[in-house]
Amino acid sequence: MKMRFVDEFRNPELIRKTLDEIERIIEPDDHFRIMEACGGHTYSIFHFGLQELLPKNIEFIHGPGCPVCVLPPGRVDEGLEIASKNSDVIFTAFGDVMRVPGKKGSPLNYKAMGTDVRMIYSPLDALNIAIKNPDKKIILFAIGFETTAPSTAITVLKAKELDIDNFFVYSNHVKIVPVLKSILDQPNMRIDGFIGPGHASVVIGAHPYEIIAKEYKKPVVISGFEPLDLLQSILMLIKQLKNGESKVEIQYKRVVMEGGNVSALEIIDQVFEDRPAFEWRGLGAIQNSALKLKPEFAKWDAEVQFNVEKITIEENKDAQCGEVLKGMLKPNQCKLFGKVCTPDNPVGALMVSSEGACATYYNHLYSTMSL
Amino acid sequence: MLKEKIAFREPTIQLAHGAGGKASRRLIEGLLAPYLNVSELNDAAYVQIDQAQIAFTADSFVVNPLRFPGGSIGELAINGTVNDLAMGGAKPLAIVTTFIIEAGLETEILEAEIKAMHEAAEKANVAIVGGDTKVVEHQKADKLFITTAGIGLADPRVNLSAGRVKQGDKIILSGPIGDHGITILFARGELDLEADIKSDTRAVWPFVSKLIDAAAPGLKWMRDPTRGGMATALNELARDAKVAIMLEEEAIQVNPEVRGACEILGLDPMHIANEGQFIAVVSEEYADAALKAIQQVPGGEQAAIIGEVFESDRHIVLSRSSYGGTRAIDMLVGDPLPRIC
Repeated sequence: MKMRFVDEFRNPELIRKTLDEIERIIEPDDHFRIMEACGGHTYSIFHFGLQELLPKNIEFIHGPGCPVCVLPPGRVDEGLEIASKNSDVIFTAFGDVMRVPGKKGSPLNYKAMGTDVRMIYSPLDALNIAIKNPDKKIILFAIGFETTAPSTAITVLKAKELDIDNFFVYSNHVKIVPVLKSILDQPNMRIDGFIGPGHASVVIGAHPYEIIAKEYKKPVVISGFEPLDLLQSILMLIKQLKNGESKVEIQYKRVVMEGGNVSALEIIDQVFEDRPAFEWRGLGAIQNSALKLKPEFAKWDAEVQFNVEKITIEENKDAQCGEVLKGMLKPNQCKLFGKVCTPDNPVGALMVSSEGACATYYNHLYSTMSL
Repeated sequence: MLKEKIAFREPTIQLAHGAGGKASRRLIEGLLAPYLNVSELNDAAYVQIDQAQIAFTADSFVVNPLRFPGGSIGELAINGTVNDLAMGGAKPLAIVTTFIIEAGLETEILEAEIKAMHEAAEKANVAIVGGDTKVVEHQKADKLFITTAGIGLADPRVNLSAGRVKQGDKIILSGPIGDHGITILFARGELDLEADIKSDTRAVWPFVSKLIDAAAPGLKWMRDPTRGGMATALNELARDAKVAIMLEEEAIQVNPEVRGACEILGLDPMHIANEGQFIAVVSEEYADAALKAIQQVPGGEQAAIIGEVFESDRHIVLSRSSYGGTRAIDMLVGDPLPRIC
């Protein structure tokens, strides 16, 4: 695979120019609350120190776009319980999931104590493990927004084609637009516009966000992840807000097409259907916001093939993950932040992934504190 | 608020406790060090024997796979220990080694590794003077573990201590970072990625020796940033020296393949392990001489001054980008885990 580099999107001169333009059009009385829905954007904003460089009257609200962060407590435990109780089961998951705290520990804790837990880099890795271990049952703990759903779907189709019967998907795939709508429906919610997720939009394109722009009258600009991408997107958003517009625009044109990736969408449709409701951490149940395997793929559906014991975990009553996810609280305003809940001892999932709002705040606290 | 009193309260030892980052530090400072006779946590300890200051160190090597582009466990076992001595300002003299071998290991593999050790020792001008061998049952070890202990003669001109590090001191890095860690990640074959990249494993004494000749009075602290990477080493310095550090991101060399891999996997090169680089803190007046001395040794051309120490009540590491944004760089938590999107 050929590596591509990113220097052109970190060009100091262009960055300076864009910042100057933002400063020029922002007026002292302006106060814009912008939600970056994607955890990758939250990370970039802090990683590149953008928050410090931007005018103080642009306020970022960190949205629900980190799939690890929005996973309800209990889901990881359910998958791990199957693996720890059955010696012939191998639990596979992406790196992000490995430190998610469960009732009896994270996947890494289970692994250290002998459960066969393996980190994978692609769903196809899990299928390959199944092919190499015909006497074992492999559970793929599938997670992610529309970004990763096509690769899970392709893997299921491949399992069907090869007639692999020891590979099972435990689907936790979620959808971006229903959760954004749910956030906008919250009482007292004030968001002026959205930086739309770059990766999920590669798959779904720009059209699904029209409802946000048209019905909720909030502009959406789909952005890339480099500093210049984000600054350009912020500029585009502010221009819309100043003009009283609410359109869906794509800044990340080098990879996002208006209509999305048609073949990826078709594959998702072929394999998945909407769940009537799915529980989101801190947000409650949201209708049609998550994907499960269609009945014709039941043979590869872990929820059908295993007796999944529903595990509900009571969250620490002081943890305010929900308020942070909804943008009601800044991560460092949570009672547990930095004291009980830290990246190496996360109480809530927002502290786990490097893209979680709390972990990002914790790791970049110095910059945020100077605001 | 983030200052935590280091205490080890965890009921069990987890993999993260061995990954070289925050959890490792908690284990060492909170549980192990209180029972040891140490005043400062460094790569090598000193023992005074008559007039000679002897540096003394030990290290264990567990790596999967045993051989990887640019090196192998045997080569690491010599270079790692030689480098720990060098980081103590000591010329490496002699090494003893212990092998823990899993029953069933092919003889050929063991022989290849002892040969690799022999060659690395010759290159580093150090003698392997003894050893021990244990064989454990199949599945009671992962093929081969090697432990090496080494002694070296500390240079009397050198006085290394985090306590001497003060505002205005310069941070020198010997070359590009992340090559070793990314090579190992790729060599495990779990990623469908290829890159022309090899481990940077090498003995750093030739560089350190010239650095001492050129700048001994101004040389205050050294560390080879292995597990946990630069971020962890510099955070430890900030904490031990009770200072803050400002890095200039542009000055830190990262090979394009390593940068590309880190971008794709969502890893920070600052958290990735190195085996042939070192960081030196040198007073401002000696910084240029120190840098030149390293650059003049073949393989040291990419050495650079990457940042500066400043006083602050927050003992942290910051990095400034070319366009003026700053970010805090924290220690590694657990192992670096690739993100999903």
